[in-house]
Amino acid sequence: MTPDDSRPEHDPAASISKETLLEIRQVSKCFGSREVLKGISLEIAAGEFLTLLGESGSGKTTLLRLIAGFEQPSSGEIRMAGERLDTLPPYKRRVNTVFQNYALFPHLSVRENVSYGLQVSGVAKTEISGRASDALRMVKMEEYAASRTTKLSGGQQQRVALARALVNRPKLLLLDEPLSALDANLRKQMQVELKTLQRELGITFLFVTHDQEEAMALSDRIALLKDGALEQVGSPREIYAHPATSYAAQFIGQTNLVRTDVRGGIARCGSLQWGTTSSDGNVLFSLRPEAIHRVADGRVPTDAVRFHGLIRQQIFSGSSEQLELEVSGALLKARVPAQGPLAGAHEFWFSPSDAVAVLE
Amino acid sequence: MSGEPKHTRSPRLLGLYALAVFAFLYLPIVVLVVYSFNRDGVGGFPPRHFTWNWYQQLFGDSAIWDSVANSLMVAAGAVVLSLTLGLLAALALDRATFPGKSIFRRLVLLPLILPGIITGLSLLMFAVYEGLQLSLLTVFLGHGTALISVATTELFAGLQKMDRSQEEASLDLGATPWQSFWRVTLPNLKLSLIAAGLLIFTLSMDEIAVTFFLIGRDNTLPLEIWARLRRGITPEINAVSTLIFGVSVILILIWYQIRARSMGKEAQELLERP
Repeated sequence: MTPDDSRPEHDPAASISKETLLEIRQVSKCFGSREVLKGISLEIAAGEFLTLLGESGSGKTTLLRLIAGFEQPSSGEIRMAGERLDTLPPYKRRVNTVFQNYALFPHLSVRENVSYGLQVSGVAKTEISGRASDALRMVKMEEYAASRTTKLSGGQQQRVALARALVNRPKLLLLDEPLSALDANLRKQMQVELKTLQRELGITFLFVTHDQEEAMALSDRIALLKDGALEQVGSPREIYAHPATSYAAQFIGQTNLVRTDVRGGIARCGSLQWGTTSSDGNVLFSLRPEAIHRVADGRVPTDAVRFHGLIRQQIFSGSSEQLELEVSGALLKARVPAQGPLAGAHEFWFSPSDAVAVLE
Repeated sequence: MSGEPKHTRSPRLLGLYALAVFAFLYLPIVVLVVYSFNRDGVGGFPPRHFTWNWYQQLFGDSAIWDSVANSLMVAAGAVVLSLTLGLLAALALDRATFPGKSIFRRLVLLPLILPGIITGLSLLMFAVYEGLQLSLLTVFLGHGTALISVATTELFAGLQKMDRSQEEASLDLGATPWQSFWRVTLPNLKLSLIAAGLLIFTLSMDEIAVTFFLIGRDNTLPLEIWARLRRGITPEINAVSTLIFGVSVILILIWYQIRARSMGKEAQELLERP
C-alpha cells in the first residue's frame, strides 16, 4: 500500500458514478479576520449520505449554513443540479434543515409545525393534510399530531423536526448534529431509523457530526474537516484503511503512529523494520491496534514484521483484549482476540501492508 | 452584606418597619376609598353614614364620562402607535447594524428619563411650529411618541429572548421574510406585545405632564380631575379615583398573570432542555 493510493482525489468512491447533486467550489468564509472555511471543494452525489465530520470549530456547521443560505460565502460558489445556489435566498432553495436544537415552533401544534412548509408555499389545503399525515406516519408521530411541541421529549421533537423538513420533499436534507442531544440508546436507535429513512426516500443527506462512530455507522462517505479545510474525503472503510494524514488516522478509529526513518525502501523504527515504497526521509506510519497479532495465536505470513513486546496493560472488552505493549522503549496499542489474562513478554507480528504512511 | 444576622436577631422590628412602609404607601388610598362612601364629604373624622350618593352623582356627571371616553381613545391610539413604531425600533436595534446605532438607541430611549415637562413643552412647540390645532389628536400623538421608548424596551427584551433559529427554520421551510415575520416572529412576541400594551395603556391613562401642554378643548380624565380639584375636593373625585384604582388593580393582575405564564413557560423549556 502506498501513501499515494490514500489521497482523496483517487478515492474510488462508489457514488462518484452517480449524478452530482451539490457542488461546492473553492468556498471560503471569513468572519471578520478569521477564516473559518479555507477553499473547500466537495461534490455530493444524488442519493448519497455524506457526513461532515470534525471537531467543534472545524467549520462544519458554517459549511452547512452556507448551503442552507443563512450565511454567504466570502468567495467561491455552490451549485445544485448545475445551477447557482449561493445567490438564492434560503426560502428559494430546495434544501431543508434539521436544526441542532430542532427549532420547532412553540406556538404551533405538531401537525401545524409539519404543515408549515406546505402552507407558506401555497399548497392546496387537502394536499397539505394528506402530506402532513404521511410525514407524521413516516416518523411514527401521528398520534401526537395535536400535541404542543413543548410537551414532547427530545427524541419526539427530533422526529417532528425530521418530518417538518422532509414534508417539503427537498432534494437535499441538511442535518446539524441532530442526535447530539439524545441519550446513547435513543441515539443508536435513531441512527438506524435515519439510515433506513434515507435509503427508502432516496433523498441526499448531508449530516454534520463530531462523533466519528456515528459518522462511520451512517455515511456513504465522510468529509473530514480540520481547521476549516478538508483533511480527507472517502468512504468510512477507505478512510479507516488508508488514512491520508495522522489526524485522519487518529480521529477515525484508534491507531498507533510510528515515526520511522526510511532509507532505500526500508522503514526503520528502533528494532522494527519493513519494506515500503515511501521515498527516503522521516515518514510517519499509522498502524491500527487490530493489525497487531500474537504469534502464538495463529499462522504468521512470511513477510510479517515480528517483534517482542512486554505487556504493560490489559483491558478486557468482551470479544477482544486491548493491550498496551512496550516495544523497544515505545508504547503500542494492540487488540487481540479475548483469551484470558496475558502477562510478560510475548512475540507479536504485523503485516507491512497494514502500516500506512500518513502525512503529518 | 452583614444584614442577614441582623434580620434574624430582630424579626419583629423588621416586621414593624415593613408595616410602616406599607401603611405609608397604601393608607392614603384606603382613606380615599373609604371617604368615597362618606355622606358628609371629605371633611370630618371618623367617617360616618355610608352612602352610594357620590357614585350616583358621578354616574350622572357627563363631563367626567366624556373625559373618560377621551382618555380611553387617546390611550388606545397611543398603544397602537407606540407599539407599531416601538416594534420597528426594537427590530432595528436587535437585527440591523447601521452607523450611529448607539446614538439611535439612546435617542429612542431618551423619553424614559426625560422629565415629562420637557417632552410636553417640546411637543407643544413642535405643534405650534407646524400649525397643529391643539386637540385630542395632539395628545394622542404626544402620548404615542413619548411612550415609544417603553414599547421599544419591552419588545427589544422579547426579541432578545427569542430563539433566532426558529426564524431560520421558517425561511428554510420556504417562507419569505415577510411570511416569517407574521407567522413566527410576531406570535413569539405575543406576550411582550400584550405586556407592553398594558403598560402603555395605563401610563397614557394617567399621564398629566405631556397632556397638559398638548390638550385642546376636550379634557382627559386626569386633567378633568385636576381642574375640579382647583375648585375644591368633592367626594365625587374620591369615587372616580376609587374606580380608577379598581381598574388599575385588575389590569396589573392581568399583566402579572401574563408575566407569570411566560416565565412559567421559560422555566418549563429550561427543564425540558436536554
